[in-house]
Amino acid sequence: MNLLVEMEQRYRSGSVSVAFQAPAPGVIALFGPSGSGKSTVLNAIAGLLRTRLLRLELNGIALHSLPPEQRRIGYVFQDGRLFPHLTVLRNLLYGASRTPACHIATDDVVSLLGLAKLLSRWPHTLSGGERQRVAIGRALLSQPRLLLMDEPLSALDQPRRDEILPYLARLRSAFSLPIIYASHALDEVMRLADTLVLLEGGHQLAAGPLTELASRVGLPLALRDDAGALLRGRVHSHMPERRLTAVACGANFVWVPMVPAPEGTDVRLRVPARDVILATTEPRGISVTNILPARVTEMLTVEAGNAVLVELDLEGGGQLLSRITSDAAERLGLRHAMHVLALVKAVSVEMQTE
Amino acid sequence: MLGLSPDELEALLLTLGVSLRAVGFGLPLAILVALILSRGRFPGRFLLHALVHLPLMLPPVVTGWLLLLVFGVNGPVGAALERIFGLRLVFTEAGAALACGVMIFPLMVRAVRLSLEAVDPLLLQAARTLGAKPFDRFASITLPLALPGVLAASVLGFTASLGEFGAVITFAANIPGETRTLPLAIYAALETPGGEAVAARLSIVSIVLALTGLGLAEVLSARAGRWRRR
Repeated sequence: MNLLVEMEQRYRSGSVSVAFQAPAPGVIALFGPSGSGKSTVLNAIAGLLRTRLLRLELNGIALHSLPPEQRRIGYVFQDGRLFPHLTVLRNLLYGASRTPACHIATDDVVSLLGLAKLLSRWPHTLSGGERQRVAIGRALLSQPRLLLMDEPLSALDQPRRDEILPYLARLRSAFSLPIIYASHALDEVMRLADTLVLLEGGHQLAAGPLTELASRVGLPLALRDDAGALLRGRVHSHMPERRLTAVACGANFVWVPMVPAPEGTDVRLRVPARDVILATTEPRGISVTNILPARVTEMLTVEAGNAVLVELDLEGGGQLLSRITSDAAERLGLRHAMHVLALVKAVSVEMQTE
Repeated sequence: MLGLSPDELEALLLTLGVSLRAVGFGLPLAILVALILSRGRFPGRFLLHALVHLPLMLPPVVTGWLLLLVFGVNGPVGAALERIFGLRLVFTEAGAALACGVMIFPLMVRAVRLSLEAVDPLLLQAARTLGAKPFDRFASITLPLALPGVLAASVLGFTASLGEFGAVITFAANIPGETRTLPLAIYAALETPGGEAVAARLSIVSIVLALTGLGLAEVLSARAGRWRRR
């Protein structure tokens, strides 16, 4: 089960081209700055943009030759685009009444997105966050086989974004639906994506599992101040006497400050590169809780030679990224394929449930 | 009623009936033509545009005479209508409605087109991704959003139709009870010695009708902007 997208669109001033495959269902993030071609790619997939070159296959079924109204691709636009002459309920049912499919139930969507109180309202009376939730509901109820979201949170202020982000995270798991999510906000991508497609100036820099690309030193993501690795795991056990929770990521155990999530919950851990300390010998008398054996796979000198980005393969599976001073790298004699210990403070690990 | 004589009342009712028919038959066609014209470029677009707008530019008498040529008893369309449907347009009430309809057609097309083009194309894109086919999109999105504008266009057309003179008198003549609408009745009264009082009464009726129509069109246009509130 997978999704395949290949497209190229030429303009007088340049071109936009991507080619990626991703497991479906799953969230594919199109990540890049504004103007990097994210909307162009989504419009081409939806069929709203005429492209000479588009290949779009979902689970082996070619969709690119169908007109947009027959592709059954839901699209949540940046600006919502609710129909102003229809109530929230009739907006929600617009797509639903035009398809025979019905695997996504109205009640489920209404309760998941918290729309029950809005059903009789008119779009112009809704707040930005409410409008966007209705737009998401409307797209879902059109029973899509693929959902496109074009920066659905970018028009909202921080409190509204925080209001909707949990709904999106729930959406991921509630309906087994492939989602292509365009965004220029790293936190949204880290929170939601499984697969990352990195765009810059209309071109695809990289595409692959988010856990691999987030910590790859050759990509612009690693150069960001807030760069960090992503580990996916499952809550293994709680240790109430030490106020810690153990998360199993592959064969690694990562300790985080105790959380109320039940055992077995799928979680993602973000480990900021700045907070990963490297050691060549096991330290003693140190406050760090997580000591993970790893191997150096890549090194890149950055910040005019002041710092080094170190890409690490954890022995228990998964990758980490560490940002240390050039001085430290020299003192440790870091080199490619060297075995090291990655030290991560439990409090610097950000955990989110899937 | 209103201090009008039976003849004058007849002219008033005739005028209202003629205008109603002019709008009733003209509006669906005007919507269709507006839709075609707003669709952008296609071969023959300028020709259609010119044909529709010709009555606005030509002297009404010329329009009336052209109608006589086409819809007259010996005209290509007129002869066919009479042969197939037994319908005669020249010098009849139906003919007066046709003349009025042709005269107000460019006004209606223009107003309808403006309101159709004011509908956000991005909403139509959204409808498309939700599975709506072209006619469905027109019926469920474009037309409801343009409706206040379309209604304003019909009120405008109706009001303008009440005052059509040149084309009507040329094509349908000035037959009391048949084609003598208000402006024709006023003209006839002024031609008659001592007819000033009749002319004045009918003029007042015309003014009241025109102001009512204008006011109604204003109200409808104001409502047309209702959806733009975000």
